[in-house]
Amino acid sequence: MQDLKKQSPYGVYVEHLRRGELAYQVATDGTPVFFPRVVAPGSGGAKLEWRVSKGLGSVHATTVVHYKGEPPLNVALIDLDEGFRMMSRVEHVDPMQVSIGMRVKLKVLPGDDKQPPCPVFVPAETRR
Amino acid sequence: MSGLRRAAVAVVGAAESDLGQVAPDTSPTDLMAQATQRALEDCGLDLSDVDAVLCAHTQSRMSALQLCEYLRIKPRYFDSTQIGGSSFMSHLAHAQAAIELGMCEVALIAYGSTQRSVSRAAASPREVNPYETPYRPLLPTSAYALAASRHMHLYGTTREQLAEVAVAAREWALMNPVAWEKEPLTIEQVLAARMVSHPLTVRDCCLVTDGGGAIIVTSAARAKSLKKKPVYVLGMGEAIGHASISNMPDLTVTVAAESGPRAFAMAELKPADVGMLSLYDAFTITPVLFLEDLGFCPKGEGGRFVSNRAIAPRGKLAVNTSGGGLSYCHPGMYGLLVIIEAVRQVRGECGARQVKNCEVALAHGNGGVLSSQCTVIFGSDATL
Repeated sequence: MQDLKKQSPYGVYVEHLRRGELAYQVATDGTPVFFPRVVAPGSGGAKLEWRVSKGLGSVHATTVVHYKGEPPLNVALIDLDEGFRMMSRVEHVDPMQVSIGMRVKLKVLPGDDKQPPCPVFVPAETRR
Repeated sequence: MSGLRRAAVAVVGAAESDLGQVAPDTSPTDLMAQATQRALEDCGLDLSDVDAVLCAHTQSRMSALQLCEYLRIKPRYFDSTQIGGSSFMSHLAHAQAAIELGMCEVALIAYGSTQRSVSRAAASPREVNPYETPYRPLLPTSAYALAASRHMHLYGTTREQLAEVAVAAREWALMNPVAWEKEPLTIEQVLAARMVSHPLTVRDCCLVTDGGGAIIVTSAARAKSLKKKPVYVLGMGEAIGHASISNMPDLTVTVAAESGPRAFAMAELKPADVGMLSLYDAFTITPVLFLEDLGFCPKGEGGRFVSNRAIAPRGKLAVNTSGGGLSYCHPGMYGLLVIIEAVRQVRGECGARQVKNCEVALAHGNGGVLSSQCTVIFGSDATL
């Protein structure tokens, strides 16, 4: 189990992000787990293995937020191909054109002194 | 194994505090106390009869302490369960359990909020979730918008159908003298209103008002001797799911699909027996989801179900006759007002908006971001 006196699950997650990686966990039965935890949800077990996502997925749900005085902002739920879901946004496309089922790939925005790196998504090339 | 008993307790007093916009520096506890005084007057009991206090709000972490200090009462039983807007349905379940166990006899359930006066930001401080906050969802609205996007994608639900919910609420509100909104509303106006979080415009969103309420609950035996006709608690069900929208397993199925059947089983009733529904309408998508999850229409049919003024006055099913959180009053955690309207309908006190022969009313509370769902079914003497 994670030693919480040394590092939090979120800390491990951010450490991966700093390397440009999107990390998630897998329970002993193979179930993907996100957000990262110290205890496996459902079973209560202490064993969770860290993995790095390939960063490919699909838009599960999408909205466009209108903050006053700002351009419209996409907020989406992304289903990663490994079987976990996370909140993020899809960039490089008109927020209203982000559609459910759209294939997307990971892009980790670098962090700075104030903010950790931020995993967002962009449309995946549709080569067939 | 046994659970709560059908019709073991009744709501005997019910009242709103002043609603809408209250005077500067009014406290949430002022509103809870005002509603308490009115609810006690409604049933003819005294403050000294109250031996249980259940309350929760967003402006104080220890609302039961605040209210008991204010009223200078020392209840034998107290509970500040905080699961968002459905907390009060949960309080009612807990009050019934305590009354049935003899831990108390007369329970006060209260709520108050000054979120309009002090601003939503001040009334409900943001909680940071490192896996969501960086993306700046406008919570709670964006969470409901995400659920709406799924419902539209899977079932063909349209923005016009969602707007029907807002228009129906407005029509009911025009028959409620204390409702915040006073002007008619059209589907076109809902669609053309300022977009907040697509597909939800500001008219798809509940109001931001001040307000509060209180109810008094006691045993069925004691209820019979009080001022007004008892409104019996026939059934109730509580369920919690996720905390954050990114952890909701299926965005189109809420745990109302668990709380509803529990409530109907305890009440020994089915949806067709219900004369009126009071559904927490935080956003226009929520009554659509709850009509499905509570068994009033099949999953996915909610949008079509509410179409053609089906839930408006003189429609096929009376829903949110007060005007709802969309047009009557929405002081943050609106669940207690959801209960109060259902109680009044069973009593037959609703004047112009009274549903004829309303012997059974269902009050459904929603908390968080479709997170907690609690259902209560009320009935008159005729249902015993």
